[in-house]
Amino acid sequence: MTKRVFVLALVIMASASLGAQVSFDRLLRLQSEPQNWLTYSGNLQGHRHSLLTQVTPNNVENLELAWAFQALSLEKFEATPIALDGVLYTVQPPNDVIAIDGASGRTFWTYTYRASPQARPCCGRVNRGLAILGESLFMGTIDGRLVALDAKSGRELWNVTVAGASAEAGYTFTVAPLVVKDKIIVGPAGGDFGVRGFIAAFDPKTGKELWRFNTIPGPGEKGHDTWAGESWKTGGSAIWTTGSYDPELNLTYWGTGNPGPDFSGDQRAGDNLYSNSVVALDPDTGVMKWHFQFTPHDVFDYDSTQVPVLADIEYQGRMRKVVLWANRNGFWYVLDRTNGEFLSGKPFAKVTWTTGLDEKGRPQNVVKTTAEGNRVYPHLAGATNWYSPSYSPRTGLFYVPSWQDGSAIFANRPAEYVEGRSFLGTFPVGTELSINGTQSNRRLPSGGHGAVLALDPKTGEKKWEFTMSDVTDAGILTTASDLLFSGGREGFFYALDARSGQLLWKAPVAGIVQAAPMSYGINGRQYVAIAAGNTLYAYTLRQ
Amino acid sequence: MRFQLAVLFAILASAAVSAQHGYTRAEVENGARLFQASCATCHGPKGDAVRGVELLSGQYKRATSDEQLVRIIIEGLPGTSMPPNNYSALEAGMIVAYLRGIAAGDNVTVTAGDLARGKALFEGRGKCATCHTPESRTAPSLAEVGVLRRPLELEQAILDPSAELHPDYRYVRAVTKSGTVVTGRLLNQSTFSVQILDSAQNLRAFNRADLREFVINQTSEMPSYRGTLDSQEVADLVMYLTTLRGRR
Repeated sequence: MTKRVFVLALVIMASASLGAQVSFDRLLRLQSEPQNWLTYSGNLQGHRHSLLTQVTPNNVENLELAWAFQALSLEKFEATPIALDGVLYTVQPPNDVIAIDGASGRTFWTYTYRASPQARPCCGRVNRGLAILGESLFMGTIDGRLVALDAKSGRELWNVTVAGASAEAGYTFTVAPLVVKDKIIVGPAGGDFGVRGFIAAFDPKTGKELWRFNTIPGPGEKGHDTWAGESWKTGGSAIWTTGSYDPELNLTYWGTGNPGPDFSGDQRAGDNLYSNSVVALDPDTGVMKWHFQFTPHDVFDYDSTQVPVLADIEYQGRMRKVVLWANRNGFWYVLDRTNGEFLSGKPFAKVTWTTGLDEKGRPQNVVKTTAEGNRVYPHLAGATNWYSPSYSPRTGLFYVPSWQDGSAIFANRPAEYVEGRSFLGTFPVGTELSINGTQSNRRLPSGGHGAVLALDPKTGEKKWEFTMSDVTDAGILTTASDLLFSGGREGFFYALDARSGQLLWKAPVAGIVQAAPMSYGINGRQYVAIAAGNTLYAYTLRQ
Repeated sequence: MRFQLAVLFAILASAAVSAQHGYTRAEVENGARLFQASCATCHGPKGDAVRGVELLSGQYKRATSDEQLVRIIIEGLPGTSMPPNNYSALEAGMIVAYLRGIAAGDNVTVTAGDLARGKALFEGRGKCATCHTPESRTAPSLAEVGVLRRPLELEQAILDPSAELHPDYRYVRAVTKSGTVVTGRLLNQSTFSVQILDSAQNLRAFNRADLREFVINQTSEMPSYRGTLDSQEVADLVMYLTTLRGRR
């Protein structure tokens, strides 16, 4: 072997091993490989911000479709792909994993998962994506299982039940798992079925559970007395949006869902900890370091299942480690993420369920719903929802998909728990805004509409708003060239100027966008991908 | 006159009982109207026209619980002249709430309508059938409205049609940049375009950027019948509408 060939071989081996093994160290330094998208939100801090800059505000009008991948499924397509060395890994709902060539859209392999017909997800047989560590992909299933696959072949490595996560009782995993160090962290959805929520860590090699944090404290635990009687057993507080991780503080942050029954508060008197909260956990042990509850004793279904966005910003004259949180309840919060201290909370939509927050962030004069019902803003789907926000360290702005001017009539009537059945109380009425999207819109603007908001965490002000005619279920991607990508129910994928909100480009995508965009690179070309309708689209600049 | 019951009579309902059973006062009133539209045909306005049955007494031979009463209302009683009824569990529950309310005693007054007169109004002087036909492109069909709307909602729609507009029947006015005015029914809209059934019944689409003006009317195309029909006639019409239940 000549010296030159040997060096070449070394380089190939090095790059092959780099590509093959996604160590946790790589997930900590994702800024050094912006062509890859290796976690749900693009980094562990929940930014959904790509450092790729080939597509710019000046050339974005030349974006064109590179390929389209048609899912063999009519379920809602909510997953964000993982991108590793030119291969996209995504989930065709409910739980088929597909490896796709990121340049051509052609399939390498498909893993077919046959979910139990007993699974009962509240809102469609959805999945929001995968996690990757080593050479393995990790997925939660809608029937309460966890699966690991070989990323090269799609071969199943393990497939385990999760203790207590009974599909028949309404436990489903829809969230993309989060990798922290040597653990896979997930939690179950099912807060509309009277589950008892938890966040748990699993061994990536075996699927063995390593720790569990119950989002509802059990008897003898602190916070248990915030639930009347036996209500804690069916109190929901589910997990269905991926958390974040701060390596310096060694804390993982997760948002929890609504208390159950959603709209009937009388049978669960108390604050109902830790529903509708952010919890900061030690990822090594699952022990909670702090919590902040956004909506105590919620009766409006204001889940706090948003992606925690971790930012280091100058706040009132000094650098603070904060978590930015635009909540379903209509307020956007800035919290100190070292200890959960409330720094600010301001409405970003019309809010009538409370008159405002006190100096500790607790809502004041909360509307007490009656059996007849009360009209309350925001809508039960919230002022935002699980739709991924974005944070650009360049602009310093926090970008939020929102529902403006939405309301509904909420009634307080008793609900009876029957295992495996919806445990809501009386479903709200008096609204034209549907939780599930349609492709037609005949509403007045005052009846509710969608918007992308650019919020400034330093000043608390709204910098700009891009107003849509219909509401939106789409997440947001920003890039280091100051572009913002999003979509909505109207079937468009579009690019805005992240500094001004000006519309720069749009493409019809023939379906509702209810996923979040991501970006990746192959051989020096930048792609932007979005799932819409039942199709995954990838765009790149015209050659 | 056969429809002697088409006079005002007081109906007793109990808010306390309705609350106990999880029904609102409005639903008890709706139950009263549904009772008149259906049960009273055989059982009479006082619920005592069938021998051996006293519907308003609170005592029943074949049922003790509300759930049993709801089942009898929906499924009927095989082997008797009590037929199955095309009511949802919610509607049947409202009737039960009304029956329980009378047994307990509290005042709610509603006007009983006359089915035959209501039908005559719908097809004749009220001119409802001019627009509300099953084939209509400009007004909603009412063929199943008795299932879709409760009596109180029907009354409101007759007296104050703009109070709650059906989103499928909103009318718009669009003016193009060249000055052409188009009016019609809004079929769809997005951030970038609108789709309309225009007044000549053509399907039209416009880019918002090409429009100088685009206004969605906030009032209904339907006239209010307040002052045109008296309260008895409104009750008659509501009675007829509650019987329009499609082919289910």
